Amino acid sequence: MRTIGTIIAFLGLWLLLSGIYKSLTVGLGVFSTLFVIFILNRMNSIDGDRVEVHLKPLEFLKYQGWLLGEIAKSNWAVTRIILAPSMPIKQHMFSVPYTQNSDLGQVIFANSITLTPGTVSVETEPGQFLVHAVAYSADDKDAIADMDRRVTACEKVITA
Amino acid sequence: MNFLDAAVEIISWALMLAGSFFVIVGAVGALRFPDFWARMHAVSITDSAGVLLLFAGMCMQTGFTLVTVKLIIIGVFLFITGPTATHAIANAALVSGLRPKEAKGFTGVEPEPLTKSDADPASSE
Repeated sequence: MRTIGTIIAFLGLWLLLSGIYKSLTVGLGVFSTLFVIFILNRMNSIDGDRVEVHLKPLEFLKYQGWLLGEIAKSNWAVTRIILAPSMPIKQHMFSVPYTQNSDLGQVIFANSITLTPGTVSVETEPGQFLVHAVAYSADDKDAIADMDRRVTACEKVITA
Repeated sequence: MNFLDAAVEIISWALMLAGSFFVIVGAVGALRFPDFWARMHAVSITDSAGVLLLFAGMCMQTGFTLVTVKLIIIGVFLFITGPTATHAIANAALVSGLRPKEAKGFTGVEPEPLTKSDADPASSE
């Protein structure tokens, strides 16, 4: 069942990316898909390690919409700093605690911090990230804590 | 060319021009900002707003074709790999001992012990 799903996904990706529907190219696509499946099956016999995505799809979509808004806002803020003649930068490195349980949630949170201009996640430590801000203001910590809450809300609670 | 085509054309060009503007702003910031850490932030404008607006404009230019699908796939990959690369660069800078110049009144977070010994320029030279 899983194999068939993987075949369909890979074939669909190939067809979307190639856009040439001659028998040779499609044939090559089918061949490479089956070859990848063969390799995947061989690798699976060595380790059955799978990436599992514990996210609520709808919540995550909502979060991405919110993140786009944040990116737009902070883009504009940093653009104004760059173009202002006095260039009011105020660099500061601070630590931000995270509350995500899964690795994926932490990656999403750290990448979201980096994706919004003006803040970059520099280092990951157990329980907190080091964040560098180019124009630090007292609101920054609250804004990032808010983002942290939103990412955590996207996570499925794992009862294991 | 009817009205709708003209509207799509105008909006897509506006998006692409706005994207180009942010790319240029990122470049200006990379030149104006004083040190490595600040420059990294300037370039992230090119990464996010520039790429996003340019891709939106290009998607509208191509319409509902396979090219749009490819553009969206490239965009999604850029949005995952971009911050990851930025983080890798920033982390490499931190580990190799480069510290940002803190603003007045801030001391910053003390680096962890592992990187602290590297941070001392006297011991490494």
